[in-house]
Amino acid sequence: MEKISFDQLQEELYHEKLANGLNVYILPKKGFNKTFATFTTKYGSVDNTFVPLGKEEYVKVPDGIAHFLEHKLFEKEDGDVFQQFSRQGASANAFTSFTRTAYLFSSTSDVEKNLETLIDFVQEPYFSEKTVEKEKGIIGQEITMYDDNADWRLYFGLIQNLYQNHPVKIDIAGTIESISHITKDWLYECYNTFYHPSNMLLFIVGPVNPESFMNQVKENQAKKEYKDMPEIQRKFENEPTEAAEKRQVLEMNVQTSKCLLGIKALHVDQSGNEMLKNELTMNVLLDLLFGKSSENYNQLYNDGLIDETFSFDYTQEQGFGFAMIGGDTGEPDKLAETLQKMLLDAKNQNVFNEDQLERAKRKKIGAFLRAVNSPEYIANQFTRYAFNDMNLFDVVPTLEKITLNDVQSLASEVISEDRFSVCQVIPKKK
Amino acid sequence: MATAAEKITELNGYRLHVIPTEKYKTNTLIWKMKAPLTKEDVTKRALLPQVLQSSSAKYSSTTALRSYLDELYGATLFVDLSKKGEYHIMSFSIEIANEKFLSDPSPLLRKGFELLAEILTNPNLKGNAFDPGTVEKEKRTQKQRIQSVFDDKMRYSNVRLIQEMCKGEPYALEVNGDAADVDAITPENLFEYYQDAFLSDEMDLYIIGDVDEEEVKQFASDLLKFEDRTPKKLVQEKVTLNRQVNEVKEQQDVKQGKLNIGYRTNIVYGDSDYFALQVFNGIFGGFSHSKLFINVREKASLAYYAASRLESHKGLMMVMSGIDLKNYDQAVGIIHDQLEAMRNGDFTDQELVQTKAVIQNQILETIDTSRGLTEILYHNVVADANINLDTWLKEMQNVTKEEIIAVAKKIEIDTIYFLTGTEAGK
Repeated sequence: MEKISFDQLQEELYHEKLANGLNVYILPKKGFNKTFATFTTKYGSVDNTFVPLGKEEYVKVPDGIAHFLEHKLFEKEDGDVFQQFSRQGASANAFTSFTRTAYLFSSTSDVEKNLETLIDFVQEPYFSEKTVEKEKGIIGQEITMYDDNADWRLYFGLIQNLYQNHPVKIDIAGTIESISHITKDWLYECYNTFYHPSNMLLFIVGPVNPESFMNQVKENQAKKEYKDMPEIQRKFENEPTEAAEKRQVLEMNVQTSKCLLGIKALHVDQSGNEMLKNELTMNVLLDLLFGKSSENYNQLYNDGLIDETFSFDYTQEQGFGFAMIGGDTGEPDKLAETLQKMLLDAKNQNVFNEDQLERAKRKKIGAFLRAVNSPEYIANQFTRYAFNDMNLFDVVPTLEKITLNDVQSLASEVISEDRFSVCQVIPKKK
Repeated sequence: MATAAEKITELNGYRLHVIPTEKYKTNTLIWKMKAPLTKEDVTKRALLPQVLQSSSAKYSSTTALRSYLDELYGATLFVDLSKKGEYHIMSFSIEIANEKFLSDPSPLLRKGFELLAEILTNPNLKGNAFDPGTVEKEKRTQKQRIQSVFDDKMRYSNVRLIQEMCKGEPYALEVNGDAADVDAITPENLFEYYQDAFLSDEMDLYIIGDVDEEEVKQFASDLLKFEDRTPKKLVQEKVTLNRQVNEVKEQQDVKQGKLNIGYRTNIVYGDSDYFALQVFNGIFGGFSHSKLFINVREKASLAYYAASRLESHKGLMMVMSGIDLKNYDQAVGIIHDQLEAMRNGDFTDQELVQTKAVIQNQILETIDTSRGLTEILYHNVVADANINLDTWLKEMQNVTKEEIIAVAKKIEIDTIYFLTGTEAGK
């Protein structure tokens, strides 16, 4: 077991890669009641074309299957794992993103028992035709719930505008039609391919003793047999760098319009430190452009083009990425036009100074300290970073090194009209 | 198990609550002001914190204020409104880095206090009124905020249930006020309201972090001084239900129906059977092992979510579920049956033990965040009670099956609200 110390943050992280390939990380947190653990596979909604374990040909699986599998893993022959967790005083959950499926619990007592339950339930699938059929009703309601959610439709609508071929444009839960094709055999095929320990990461954070927890995990894994796994073959079609569609307008049952402007990312082949720097520089750039202390924000707010729902965000993963800016607005067209103009201005001229950069960096450093108060944030983000060969605890030192030149050159490179796209939700005409 | 050591001191016009802990890398300051909900004031009161947080005398524009926050290592400042029973509560929160974890060691806590004092006591004025430009902007945002509830159907149906169920009671007032009353607010009358609020509201300051109690007291008494007051207390009137179940169906263009059912628990925080009510809610609908989740979702496959939650000061329980439009009768039937089962004592010892363990876990987890801890401690202020966390947990663990059955029998259904689609029965 290796110990990694972060002196400025006064944290110590313990790590070991087990014989079967599983990466285990433990971060002791004194003073907290709660222990939080996530068990995550590098498998999400975008992994829909791959060579199944033991086979040679690529298959394409039904949309929404990673998320469906996540639901079904909780059900066992002798009942529901949620029940078992709550009998042990824990609360359990799971989520599926574009690139990850995570299973988690938090508890303030019986932590060892709950950890054992977490590892075992994820590693012992039980799928049957009957329970697969029953789940279609429940997930059908989850999909319908999102169909009525204007913010979700706006977000996904924009991704669909930006991407031509990449499966990031497919809704994580799939559609009622696509999940109707899911069978127990499909679930096992996905499971066997992606849930090998060498494709997974276990993170434990809380008032724990790292040695004893590491030993527990090792003993648990030693009892299970895993064959060495060949590297997983995933396939993605080529994706143009331009946005697929310039604009999409959705009419929905809302009273206030919504508008999001998206920028399709560049450099989506990066990983490691290069990716960390790019991602943080992009975040700093967006903050300089549209943060609450920026001139742009103030202008937009004073002109009544935005309200407190205004936000911006940058996502970068292997093979795709996007920045999104916007929110509720009375004038969706004018907002889209103004945002594009503000971006193009920043592309073409040096609009930032050292003081602004220094403030933006301080703001991000403070935000990081706030974030690491949260065990959930640490476990989830550490895992995401690790799957991209980055280290969460490099955030502050990397931020400190960002220069005005880095920001300016990224701005001139990434801001480009052909990578812009707009999605709007407007009130349905009666 | 670590609960919280809360040290309370009466200062000029408010109470200071200090909770020292080494858990966090930041320090949190939360200022709370409480007054009875009234139709006359609710809209102004909802606007006031927004105006105060948008600028101040020293930082006279949003850009200036937000730049200063960025400089303080991204200190956060946000305001928030809530209803607790028939009180309307404004909260102002500042979270600021603990310099111990920064390469730059200049002390930040006092700056956090100075900023809080600036926001609360040194507003951006033009003569004897708030800055008109700021008020105008924030009025526009407030209207949008009120209107946006309509666009979030889960929230909307919850708000509509309360409006229907509590018609004529102050609790029916919305936390952000009434859009129709926004226009009448002026920089002058809002400033008058501000002065009144700081003279008569019940005010509490919570400080959570790796702080020295004496130093915090010093900062607070130097920087925040107000007149002493006797805050207005409400006498909660008992609502007697002498009518049939109120069934409200509203049609909109939605794909999923939202079913919300409101009950009167007839029990509030501070009552001796409040702990039994908590356990009741846990078995009935609070968790994923509860009867509602198991029967509506897992067995009947009708919904993705089905849950109940309590309002502790008004004495309400709300059930909510998103269902297919055609399944209304079946879902309502299943929910009724679960309450009936609770009244008949149809739950096992295991369900009881399990629920207590999960509640205990939930409380201990909640107090791991400074905000969660403050919310839990603030119940005592609202209810004028003094239940510390250890007592809370002990009382909850001692609840018996008979007490839960007694609680179930006290609970009365009031209103069923259903937001239904235009293609019912599809």
